Amino acid sequence: MPDKNDQATIVGIGQTEFSKNSGRSEQRLACEAVLAALNDAGLTPAQVDGMMTFNIDNNDEVDVMRSLGVPEIKYTMRTPQGGGSSVSTLVHAKHAVESGFCDVMVIWRAMNERSQYRFGQPASGVSPNGKSTTFIEWAMPYGAQTPATLEALSAGPYMHRFGVTSEDLGRISVLLRSNAATNPAAWFHGKPITLDDHQSSRWIVAPYLHLLDCCQETDGGVALVITKLDRARNLKQLPVRILGAEYAFLYNHEVISDFYEGDLALRGNSERVTERLARSAGLRPAEAGPTLFYDNFSTQVLRQVEGFGLCGLGEAKDYIRDGHMNLDGRTPLSPNGGLMGEGYVHGMNNITEAVRQVRGVAANQVSGAETAFVSSGVAGAILGR
Amino acid sequence: MSAAQTDPDRPDPIMSLDGAFFWKAAEEGRFVAQKCCGCGALLHPPRSICPNCLCFEQAEQELSGRGTVMSWVMPIHPPARGFETPPIVVLIEVEEGLRFVSNVVGVAPEDMKIGMKVKVGFAKTQGGKAAPIFHADLEG
Repeated sequence: MPDKNDQATIVGIGQTEFSKNSGRSEQRLACEAVLAALNDAGLTPAQVDGMMTFNIDNNDEVDVMRSLGVPEIKYTMRTPQGGGSSVSTLVHAKHAVESGFCDVMVIWRAMNERSQYRFGQPASGVSPNGKSTTFIEWAMPYGAQTPATLEALSAGPYMHRFGVTSEDLGRISVLLRSNAATNPAAWFHGKPITLDDHQSSRWIVAPYLHLLDCCQETDGGVALVITKLDRARNLKQLPVRILGAEYAFLYNHEVISDFYEGDLALRGNSERVTERLARSAGLRPAEAGPTLFYDNFSTQVLRQVEGFGLCGLGEAKDYIRDGHMNLDGRTPLSPNGGLMGEGYVHGMNNITEAVRQVRGVAANQVSGAETAFVSSGVAGAILGR
Repeated sequence: MSAAQTDPDRPDPIMSLDGAFFWKAAEEGRFVAQKCCGCGALLHPPRSICPNCLCFEQAEQELSGRGTVMSWVMPIHPPARGFETPPIVVLIEVEEGLRFVSNVVGVAPEDMKIGMKVKVGFAKTQGGKAAPIFHADLEG
């Protein structure tokens, strides 16, 4: 473990508006978000010397450097596995900064995922490309062509074994939309839903996923700035340390098209991340307060609740029904409204919310939050003061 | 068994170098899996080397074609590309222990059940290739 002064610290967060049609390029969204994050920290592009994004982000480091006038970077990396990338970036950033690979790391994700292309639509003319698309060969001829279809198929054994009902899933969506309703940055600000709204929304993938079980498709950009704590103390914001950031990926598993290995009700990667966090952060997700799960689909939330040890196997639906993930509960779920309610910038906007919660400045601030947990299934991080 | 034309626009399989044998066997009405020449392990999805004994030499073995539905779903919206009506997408565990994403054809959604027994058949794809699919196994 590094000396506390060397600990990686999130010093800046930035985002564009979350919309369905940004009207500008993904490059512009990336630069707006990075600049906002640097301004938030009190740093300039000339001070950046590390850059990261997802391996499926369309923006080249060359262009981000060229647009912002970044003179030199000493470290760059792109993380795999779709939205699994989001919290994985923190794992790399932590080690890159603490080891001295670079001093000021910028992470971005920017996409016109609604106006320019559609993540939720069947892909055409695609083939496996080394970017977590191995499933394509084995699923496309059968009509399993969207994230929702792959997720529902993977969730089926869990749903069946524990008798999870559509109302159980609906309570997750209602909670997230209730949080979004009081978050001015959320796309669904001022638009809460009822369980009846959830039940009457159209089928996306029967018999599990209604429209209101799914996250949004969003245009937008989000960025983070990370440096060491001793430097962070001289910057503008309350430093938010990365107490632990861990990643695990297991044999014969896939991120969303996870079909081929073992008991599909279990979340082995999340369990491994939990154990590693207990050692590196000295804290478990269940003890960290605000909890930002990767809520691409309501079924994923249930399985992460158990995988990260908030309750026992099969108990997630009751844990949520009993209020433990409400804003005043033991582990409040995504106070920003998450990817369903706030926007879907591929998980990154859940990291910015975790930072705001620890700073104490969130729209739906959880009182007394000094730590927060954020996950993207294969990766998890605990942030703290 | 020859391939039936249940969904004329069903997408053709994508044939990677290591996986093409599976789809070519389907064109001949055979449902096969990769078999390692070193240790005899059956593998799906196919791969370039056996993870058990690290042998590069791989063959194929015909499977019994009988299995059990582990999970089933129906993509309703947006419609699945290549299907006029929503297909029933299944995850099948076959008798030999391997799992396959496929379709169940000829069973109404209200009659679909996790745990139901199925047996293999073959469906033609848009460009005249074939994909293994499954029917209810009434004897199973």
